[in-house]
Amino acid sequence: MSKTWTVFKPYLLAAPQAIALAVFLVFPIVLIGVVSFWEFNGYSMTPAFTLDNYIGIFTSQVTLKTYLNTFKFVGLVWLATLLIAYPVAFFLSFHIKKLKWQVLLFLICTIPFWTSNIIRMISWVPLLGKAGLVNQLLMGVGLINQPLEFLLYSDFAVVLGMVHLYIIFMIAPIFNSLMRIDRTLITAAEDMGASGFDVFKEIILPLSAPGIAIGSIFVVTLVMGEFVTVRLMGGGQAASIGKLIQTQIGSLQYPLAAANAIILLTVTLVVVFSILRVVNIRKEL
Amino acid sequence: MANVSRRYVLRTGLAAGAAVAAARCGGAPEGTPNNPATGPEVNTNQIKDVTLRLIGTGVSQINEIRDKAQEDLGFSLDMRALSTEENNQIAITQPDQYDIFDGEYFSLPLVVPSGNLRPIEIAKVSDWDKIVSFFTSGEYEGMPVEASQGTAPYKVMYLTGPDSTEFSDTPTDFATLIPFQYNADTLGYRPDLITRPIETWGELFNEEFRGKTSILDIPQIGIMDAALVAESLGLMTFADKGNMTKAEIDQIIGILKEQKAAGQFRAFWKTFDESVNLMASGEVILQSMWSPAVAAVQSQGIDCVYAPLKEGYRGWGGGVGLSKNLEGIQLDAAYEYLNWMLEGWVGAFLGRQGYYSAAPENSKQYMSAAEWAYWYEGQPASEDMVDPFGKTLAKSGNVRDGGAFKERFGNIVCWNSTMEENTYLVQKWNEFIAS
Repeated sequence: MSKTWTVFKPYLLAAPQAIALAVFLVFPIVLIGVVSFWEFNGYSMTPAFTLDNYIGIFTSQVTLKTYLNTFKFVGLVWLATLLIAYPVAFFLSFHIKKLKWQVLLFLICTIPFWTSNIIRMISWVPLLGKAGLVNQLLMGVGLINQPLEFLLYSDFAVVLGMVHLYIIFMIAPIFNSLMRIDRTLITAAEDMGASGFDVFKEIILPLSAPGIAIGSIFVVTLVMGEFVTVRLMGGGQAASIGKLIQTQIGSLQYPLAAANAIILLTVTLVVVFSILRVVNIRKEL
Repeated sequence: MANVSRRYVLRTGLAAGAAVAAARCGGAPEGTPNNPATGPEVNTNQIKDVTLRLIGTGVSQINEIRDKAQEDLGFSLDMRALSTEENNQIAITQPDQYDIFDGEYFSLPLVVPSGNLRPIEIAKVSDWDKIVSFFTSGEYEGMPVEASQGTAPYKVMYLTGPDSTEFSDTPTDFATLIPFQYNADTLGYRPDLITRPIETWGELFNEEFRGKTSILDIPQIGIMDAALVAESLGLMTFADKGNMTKAEIDQIIGILKEQKAAGQFRAFWKTFDESVNLMASGEVILQSMWSPAVAAVQSQGIDCVYAPLKEGYRGWGGGVGLSKNLEGIQLDAAYEYLNWMLEGWVGAFLGRQGYYSAAPENSKQYMSAAEWAYWYEGQPASEDMVDPFGKTLAKSGNVRDGGAFKERFGNIVCWNSTMEENTYLVQKWNEFIAS
C-alpha cells in the first residue's frame, strides 16, 4: 500500500495542474490547429482539410510586412525595457539597503499595471496629443513651433505604450536574480583587486543572465501577440500580427485567423527556444 | 499493484482522459437556466417569471429602456452590450446565449444563413403598418433613398417561409427584424477649427486637413465612407458601391493606401468612445461619425457639426429579431416585447437622442410638440432640447443639422453593406492597415 502510494504520489500532486493545462491550454490549441485546416465562407466554417488558409498566408505580401513590423516592435520594446529595467533592478538590489524600501519601490514599479486599457487610452491624449502637455512644454520653451504629431498615434507611441506596460516583466526577474547573487563573491573579487567594471562584467552580469533571459521571454511573447496597445496607441494605423488576427476574427474568418495563430505560435516558440539556448535559465529555478 | 510503472500510469491516465473528453463531446446540451430544454408546462400567470436575454451593441442596450420595459410588461430583461463584431459572432456561433438579437441589417446576410433567427410572424406584430414605408416596401415618397445602394433594410427584411433562411425580394408574412434604431450618417467636424462649411464627402481627402481626419476601422463600414469620398472626388466610379467587384476593391484600397502614405489620417477608430475622444480632444477635426457620437461631443460643451453633404448620407439601421430557441411562453413574451418597442415610448426615448423611431407617428404622442418639431420637422428649437439623461443637446433657437426627417432619411444614398466579396475585402483591408 505504502509503496503504491509512493509511486502515485508525484502524479497525484501534479494531476490538478496537468488537468488544468490539458483542458484549458493544450485542448484549445489543438482545436485551433484543427480549425486552421477548415474551410469557411462569410458566416460559417465547415470541417475539411484544406491548405488554402496557409497557402494564402505564405503567398501574401501582407504577412511578411506585418511580421517585420511586429518584429520591429519586439526588438525596440525588448531593447528599451532591458536598458531601463537593468539599472532600475540594479539600483533596487545594490543601492537600497533596507528590505522595506526595496519592497515599496518595487511596488511603485507595478503602478502602470493598475490601470485599464480605457484609462490608458484616455490619459495618453492630454499628455502626448497635439495640445498635450509635452507639446505645450516644448513650444513654451521655444524648442518647436509646430506641435510634434509623432508623439501619439505612431510607431513611437506604440513602443512607448508597450514599454510602459511591460517593463515590470523585465524588472521583476532581473531584480530577483540580482538579489540572489552572493554578496561575498563581490567582496572576494574586490579583495583580489577587481575594478567596479570587472566585478560587473565577471560576476554580476553572468549571474543575472538568467533573469535577463526570463524577462526577455516575457516581453517577447507579450509583444508578439499584442493588439490592444497597437490599436489604441497606433491609432489603428499600425499593423501587428495580433491585430491582423483580431480583424479576421471580427469578420468571422476563424479558420484563417486560426492558421495565423498557429504560425504566430510557432514563430514565438522558435524565438523563445533561441533565447533558452543562449542562456541556461535552470540556474535561476 | 506494487510494481506500477511510470509508463503504466501515463498510459492509463491518457486513456481515461480521452474517455472523459469523448463523453463530454457526445452529450447533448440540456438547455440553459432561462431556456430549460425539459420540464412540464405549468399554466398560471407565469410570464412574470420569464427572463428574456438580449444581445446588442452598446448604443442600443440602455438601462432606462430595460427598466421601463420591465415595468410595462411584467417580465425581466437581461441586456448584454457588445461591439458590432462580437454581437455578430455570438448571434452566429452561440445561439443558446440569447433570446432576442438586436443587430444591424447589414449583418443579416451573415446571421440569417446560420439558421439561428426565428422568422417573425408579421400577423403578430400589431403596428407593422405604422413602420416607415422604406423598411417594409423599399419606397419612400420618391426620394433618393429608394435607389440607395448596399444592404438596404428592405432587401433583407423578408424571408420566404416560417423556417426559411432565404431572403425574399417581395413582401411575405415573415420578417427578419423589427426596426429599432436607425439613422443617416455623415461627416462630423469642429466648426471652431474649420471655419468654412463642409459640404461634400470629398473634403475628407482634402490636403488642407492632412493629419487631422479619421475613418472607421471596420472594413464593411469604412469602405463605404471611402467609396463615397472617392466618388465625390471623381477618383473612381462603382457599378454598385454596396457590392463591389474585386477590381473595384483593389482600386479603392489603392486610393486609401495613397492617402495613408501621404499622412492624411490622424487615426482610425473602431468604437464609439474612440471617435468621441478623437473629436473632443481636437486630434481629429473632420471624420466619419455616428450621430450619437456627435451628440456626445456636443454634450461636453464642444461645437460639432454633423454636416449635410450634397452627395447624401450613409444609412444604417438596426432592429430586433427572435432567437430560434424561443418557444411557448418565452415566445409570447418576446412578441410582447416587439410590440412594446413599436408602441411609441421607446421611439420617443431614442428620438430625444437624435435617433429615429421605426414608427414615428406612435412616438409623436410621447414627445412634446417642441421636441417633435426640432427632431423630426427640422424647425428651430423653441426651448432647450434635453436628452433622456439630462444633458442639453441643443440650445433654444438651434436647428438640427440636415433638417427634417424627410430631408435626412430621404437622402440616404448607400447603406452599411455586406458584400459578396466580403472575405476579399477583409484581406485587402488588412493590407491597407499594414501598408
